[in-house]
Order: sequence, then structure tokens, then C-alpha cells
Amino acid sequence: MTDANDDHEAYGEEHSDEGGGSVPPGGSVPGSSPSGGGEPPRIPMPRASVEDSGRPLPELDASESRPVPLVLEHPVLKALLGAWALAACSAAETAAVEEHLGECGACADEALRLRGAVGLLHPVEPLDLDPGLRTRVLTGSFDRRPPRIPVPEWATPYDAETARLDALLQDIGDAEWHAPVRLRWFDGQAPTSRRTTVAGVIAHLLTVDGLVAKALGLDDPLGGEADKATTPTARTEAYWRASHFPPTHSIRTPWREQSHTIVRTVSFTGGSTGRLAVSYGDFELPLHDAMLDRAFECWVHAEDIADAVDYPYQPPSGRCLNRMIDLAARMLPAVLAERRRHGLASPGGRHLVAAGAPGRSLRLEIEGHGGGEWLISLDSPGAVGSTEREVAHIALDGVEFCHLAAGHVPPEEAAAGQLGDREAIRDVLFATASLSRM
Amino acid sequence: MATKDAPPRWDRKMQQRLARGEAAALGELYDRFASLVHALAHRVLGDERAADGITREVFAHVWEHPDAYDPKQGPLRSWVAALTARLAVQRLRATETVALAHSGEGSTEELERKVRRASVAARADYIVTSMPAPLRAALELAYFQRRDYRQTAVDLGVTEDEARRRLRLGLQLLSTAHDAGAPPGPAGPGGAV
Repeated sequence: MTDANDDHEAYGEEHSDEGGGSVPPGGSVPGSSPSGGGEPPRIPMPRASVEDSGRPLPELDASESRPVPLVLEHPVLKALLGAWALAACSAAETAAVEEHLGECGACADEALRLRGAVGLLHPVEPLDLDPGLRTRVLTGSFDRRPPRIPVPEWATPYDAETARLDALLQDIGDAEWHAPVRLRWFDGQAPTSRRTTVAGVIAHLLTVDGLVAKALGLDDPLGGEADKATTPTARTEAYWRASHFPPTHSIRTPWREQSHTIVRTVSFTGGSTGRLAVSYGDFELPLHDAMLDRAFECWVHAEDIADAVDYPYQPPSGRCLNRMIDLAARMLPAVLAERRRHGLASPGGRHLVAAGAPGRSLRLEIEGHGGGEWLISLDSPGAVGSTEREVAHIALDGVEFCHLAAGHVPPEEAAAGQLGDREAIRDVLFATASLSRM
Repeated sequence: MATKDAPPRWDRKMQQRLARGEAAALGELYDRFASLVHALAHRVLGDERAADGITREVFAHVWEHPDAYDPKQGPLRSWVAALTARLAVQRLRATETVALAHSGEGSTEELERKVRRASVAARADYIVTSMPAPLRAALELAYFQRRDYRQTAVDLGVTEDEARRRLRLGLQLLSTAHDAGAPPGPAGPGGAV
């Protein structure tokens, strides 16, 4: 890159050429061919001057119909070469440059070179990386050289989902970060929602992922506010309140750094921390479930964002989805019991079951992507699901089930095949929707 | 060559983590470079699946040979780009050679021209993605949006002098894509493929 060197160094300064504009034509410009009055290289014509003039092909009198060349000095003309090569000058300037190219070997050389460079510009193709490629790249590499410090199985859905969301975020423009998003969830009795922006959603993910960070002994993104706000909702509201300006695209970096750090930290502490309790304020989850929960939330909110900015977004891989559904299925008995205590589910009083004994059960059959079968114990979180005591059976698609669990589909409207005890079915569908939060 | 700055901390850290066999590090490397790698491979090979294949090759290679990258030689980003271009051009040459042998149409010279064109294009793309953002923005306006340099100056909120300077400097950088047949690669382990 010889002939560009002087300008590279000048980059960031103003008026590089005007300052040092005393270079004589064809003189000490580095990279110029031995000049001389001889034959300057042939320079292709710029696009605009060819295409934009609708006049008949000029013949011998062409020079008369051309704009009168401006009289410009070599340094000015040299400075115009980039714009000229891109056909981004006025007609008079174009003519002046071309006139000059016939006389100045150095400029003619550079002009040729810059025009050649224009041909290397390509429109940036939309980078729709196959979202499954990351997992294939990683597994392929780990087959060749097994990692000494692997990412625990239970952390891989979080790793994959945060990466997918990040790919979306890198693809959207600054303005889209302010696109309105309506967060929807089911508050236990009815659908509810809250308005924010794309950046507000990422702030929400940052603060709630912060619960995991905190449990791991990492920095809490909420800082001093964290003592007062313990639940995901309170933390999010506190974070939104504490920032004087609405969050912008700059929120991406702290969110992404935290998610990378979490994955890295759980890899180092390994399987031993999987049972570490993560507090959500009014309940706790063991770390390995909290990581699944965060993966699930990341996907759900990525869909919210994708809808807001009109971006295609696929469900997680079957493996990830299956683990998310499994977490929901495991949480359902406790949620059922909680709802029963609050009079929101049918009383189970007549079906008392001893802990560890088989109780009335609902068969949850998840079809398609990430599917499987789960037996949900209906009477007590301590009871064991039992095929003999199966009283109801529901079947639904995996993604539909997750949308129900995210509070995006009202329980009455969930497209579920149903068989058996209608009360039990209603209770389970409502309990599933109640798993959702902001 | 002027003395290079000390390699960015991130690059050195990343190399150490890869060498240590930390799976999470490869994930982070992918998150940072996958779109660059895939786009370069796609420019050379013009095929989605082939670009996926090169992407897998590149990251597997870095993972298997973390010591092949020397932070003193320059940024990890350039090294990864060079590795990508090298593997993609190798793949292109291999498939084109097979095609040539199969059909008997075309010549070795044409093949070499095609390979060279592809590697210059990959190099140019890399230069565009890694040039200073103000230069890229100016080229973007003047070339893709077909703004003249005065409009470009207004759009960027700079003087007309500055707009002209950015367009010229951007093209000067880009023109260096022609200078080498292949990107200045790591003298790297060629036996990888």
C-alpha cells in the first residue's frame, strides 16, 4: 500500500492534501510511474457521465458540448480522484479531472487504481447465517479435540439462545432499538402486558440474568438497587427507573458480556454448582434450572423483538426445546399446589396423597419438535406421576406449549387435544400459563 | 513496517483460553467472527453450503491449533480472515480442478484467473469490513446510495474536503486488495486441509 501511506498517516487530520499540496505533478508522489509527456494510462470513463447524458453520441464536436473544464490546481484535482472514480463529482469537476489525467502521470496512475477499486465494491449480502450452524461448528470442533473445560449440558441452551438473539441484534439498525415492544404474560388470572422498546427488552434480560450472575458471585448489573428489588419484575422496573434516558443499542454490550461471562463461569465451576440456589425473590431455582429458565426467557423475548422489527426467528433446536418443556413440566405440580392454595385451581382435598406415593396424573403429550411425554402429578408436588392413576391426557405442539407457558396464548385458547377430566385439564393449562412472568 | 501496537488484550486472552481447552471460548470466538468468516467464504465460493463447510473448517482449525496464531503478528481478526480466505481458495481450486478434469472444458489459465479473482474479492470484502467506519460510511453513500460527494458531506455532517478525502482514502485502501495474490496469511499449518 505504498501510494496511500502519506494519507493513512494523515487520517483523522483535516485537509491533508491542502496542507501538503505543493507536490509537483508527476513529481514526488510515491507510486507514480515514471512520468513524462508520453502516454498516460487509459482511464475508463466514469459511469455517470456515460449513463446520464441522454444526448446523441458526440462526434468530432464533442469538446464543444462538454462542460467547460474548471481551472483547478493539481492538489485539488488529486483530492477529487476518489469522488471522480465513484462518479460522485459535478460534470465540470469530472471534465477538469479528466483533462488533468491526460497531463499528469501520477494522477492517471492513481485514477486507474481507484477506478479498479470501485469494481471491488459489492453490496453487502444479508448475512442470514443458519442459526443451527453455531451448534454444528462447536460439536464438530469438540469431536476433533474434546474440551478440557466443557460447557455443562444444562448451560448449552442458554449459550445457544443468547447467541441467536445476539445475531438478531447485530443485524438491526440503531433506530430499530427504539421500536415499541409489548411484553405479554399471564398474571395468574388474566393476560396482561407492559410496553417497552427493543432496548428495554434487553435491559430486562440483563437485569433478570443478573440474578444468575449474582448467585455466581459476579457483578450485579443492578448495582446498589439490588437490595430493594428482588423479583424479576421489581429488578426490571428499578433498572428502567434508574436510567435517566431510555436504553439504546448500547445496552447490547453489557447484556452480551454478562451472558458470555455466565457461560464461562458455570463452565469453570462445572457440575458442582448445578444445584446452587438462584433466588428469584419469591422463589428459588437450582442453577441448572435457572439457566434453562433464562434460555427460555431469552427465546421468548427474542420472538417479541423479532415481531417488533419484522425479522424471521425460528424456535430453538429440538434438544433445547425439550429441556425447556421438561423444566415447565417439572414446575407444574408446585404451581398447581400454589394456585390451589389461592383458590385458583380445583380443590385437591379429596385426593390427599402421601409424598412419594402415586397420585392422580395428567399425561402431557408434546408433539413434534422437542416433543415427548410427561406425567404431571395433579394433587401434590410430592406425589409421583402414575400411569395407573392417569385421569386426563392433553396433546399439543411443543412451540404452542411454550407460547402457552410464556403467557402468549391464553389457556382457554391453547390448541390442545384433550381427553378425560376437564377440570384437571383446565387446571394444568392455567397453571402452565401462570409460569409466565414479565 | 511500522511497529505494531501490542496485540489487543482480547486476542491474547482468547488464544490462552482456546489453548486451555475452554469450550466457552470457542463459542465466543464464533460469536465474534462467524459472520465475517461465512461472508468471506461465500464471496470466494458463491455457495451457501460450501461457505458453511469452510466456516466449520476454520473454527475447527483454530480450536485444534490454537498456537498457530501468534498475537505478535497482528490482530486475531486478520488472522482468522486470512485463514478463511486461504481455506476457501483451496476449496475453490480443488472443486474447479475436479470440474475441469471432468468436463474438459476451460483451461488451467481460466481456472487460475477465476481463483485469483475470488481471492482478490475476498480480500476486498475484508478490507471494507475492517476499514475505519467513517471511510466505509462515505463509500456506502457515494457508491450504493449514488450520492455525490457534496451530498455525502451533508449526510455525514463533514466538510466537502473531508468527504472527498474519505472517498479517496477508502478507495486507496480497497485498491490494495489487488496487491497480493492472497491475503497475507499466517505462514500457517498448511496441512490442515
